[in-house]
Amino acid sequence: MTLTEKILARASGKTHVRPGDNVWVNVDVLMTHDVCGPGTIGVFKREFGANAKIWDRKKVVIIPDHYIFTADAMSNRNVDILRDFANEQGIEYFYDVIDDPKGHWRFDAAKGNGQRQHGSHYSGVCHSSLALKGHNRPGEILFGTDSHTCQSGAFNQFATGIGNTDAGFILGTGKLLIKVPETMRFFFEGALPKGLMAKDVILHLIGEIGFDGATYRAMQFEGPGVASLTMDDRMTITNMAIEAGGKNGIFPCDQTTLDYVNARTAENGTKNTFTPADIDADQSFIYDKTFDISALEPTVACHPDPGQRKLAKEMGHVALDRAYIGSCTGGKTSDFLAFAEIVRGKTVKIDTFGVPSTTRVLEELKATQWDGKSVWNILADAGVRLTENPGCAACLGGPVDTFGRMNAPLKCISATNRNFPGRMGHKESQVFLASPYTVAASALTGKITDPREFI
Amino acid sequence: MAHSITSKVFVVRDNIDTDQIIPAQYLALVPTIAEEYEKLGSYALIGLPDDQYPEKFVPEGGMKTPYQIVIAGRNFGCGSSREHAPIALGAAGVEAVVAESFARIFFRNCVATGELYPFDSGLRLCDIVKTGDEATLDFDHDTLTVNGNTYQLKPLGDVRPVIDAGGLFNYARKSGMIAAK
Repeated sequence: MTLTEKILARASGKTHVRPGDNVWVNVDVLMTHDVCGPGTIGVFKREFGANAKIWDRKKVVIIPDHYIFTADAMSNRNVDILRDFANEQGIEYFYDVIDDPKGHWRFDAAKGNGQRQHGSHYSGVCHSSLALKGHNRPGEILFGTDSHTCQSGAFNQFATGIGNTDAGFILGTGKLLIKVPETMRFFFEGALPKGLMAKDVILHLIGEIGFDGATYRAMQFEGPGVASLTMDDRMTITNMAIEAGGKNGIFPCDQTTLDYVNARTAENGTKNTFTPADIDADQSFIYDKTFDISALEPTVACHPDPGQRKLAKEMGHVALDRAYIGSCTGGKTSDFLAFAEIVRGKTVKIDTFGVPSTTRVLEELKATQWDGKSVWNILADAGVRLTENPGCAACLGGPVDTFGRMNAPLKCISATNRNFPGRMGHKESQVFLASPYTVAASALTGKITDPREFI
Repeated sequence: MAHSITSKVFVVRDNIDTDQIIPAQYLALVPTIAEEYEKLGSYALIGLPDDQYPEKFVPEGGMKTPYQIVIAGRNFGCGSSREHAPIALGAAGVEAVVAESFARIFFRNCVATGELYPFDSGLRLCDIVKTGDEATLDFDHDTLTVNGNTYQLKPLGDVRPVIDAGGLFNYARKSGMIAAK
């Protein structure tokens, strides 16, 4: 069996499953956030009753992150709905925006959205937070009410996005009926050369199979090339499995995985027992292809979908209005450090926005010193507009006052994950997806630029 | 469920993602709150580019669409997992989307909510049919008849009874998977 089949078999109490089988799986973690949480809670109460209790208060993780730093009253209310539910159910893992469990969240527009407005429990983008707070464990089943939930597959976890109704069903029962997907294998050889990042790998693969090339399928990443990839790299890759239509993306578990997971579960006191799924000798795939990742070049996905693959060096004719670094895909500490390597001591030529994915990233950027100057200040001095309020921000547009949102038909190069029309705001705006290196180099020149010119 | 419906169709092309079905700025609306559910319907397909789609799916200032059937190309509903997408279409009055192919989570959300029937046509009806054409969708024979031609759609199979029952919960109760209310 493939990694996905092994995990689904185990979770459904079977010795063997095949693609196409429909199985009831026991859920290890259900994650929801402020955009889909209130609707999920609504479904749960409508179907199981106003006084119903969730199946397991330690297996539900609630992470407000989408529409937080906005004056939109309905969005602020939605965070309060999450808090009421977390209190009522005794949910242990709720990363609230404010510290007062009886309080109400109200964004203060007068303070602006650059200055810190969150309390100490707040974490930031849900997928990054699941990893950081010790909720990703090899061999387990994780569902989330967000399409980029597939990111958790970096940890050898079966993880996929679901809607409110399915999530409401899990809240009441701890189970979900799912179809076992066929598996596509992407076998990596080599290691990333200088100037290339994991983002280039996944943009290359999506271009290879098309924006719907993995629909209904699992994407399994293996091979000797995996060893050189950090957990951040692997998260960037699995995060975008959905951009090829994939049900999930998954890596094997190795020492890199175990070191990360053991450190995070110990730091947070979360469950630290798990059984990884390892590679079988008898796997069968619907697609199997080897990729030499040392031969890749900086890659861009052009407007209007993630499958529009081009090389950065061919795209110098595209003049840009804006650059953006942030999100689960491109807002990690390693992403900002790569970005800073390029812009350090220089000045960006176009409006450039930076949104850390989590409060931890924010702390690390402020604490990391290069020649006596923090990376945070290096970025600010290069002209990058930064916010101390981590979250999804303009990656998905959001309410009109969202930091970095495109409220006019602009062209933006972005380290985020999706570029369908209107994704980052205005419906006539255009988004070009690229690695933090490529976004940084392009911010310096005002056109799409191969970052190897700056390294 | 009626055995057939006859309605004007609204035709869209490939890759209509969830942002075009219901733009992110409206996601603060909570679908299980009745008035917010209705409001979601009024914004259905408002994210379509105006230059490519001059006809409004929901008339300006209106709450419902005159089109109960949507015809689409490849990969309809790609992008986010927001259940607001099938709900917005359902709340606007859509009964079925007939697409060349669907993105997985959108398809699943149609079934789980029971909001609408996601029929796979396997062929590019979006090249043959125009917005405003009148079509009849026959639920007994899984066919779509439009402009004098009848097209066979792929049967929905296992998920059909779930949508017929009105979604996952009704189906699970009916079949004894979870306790009756």
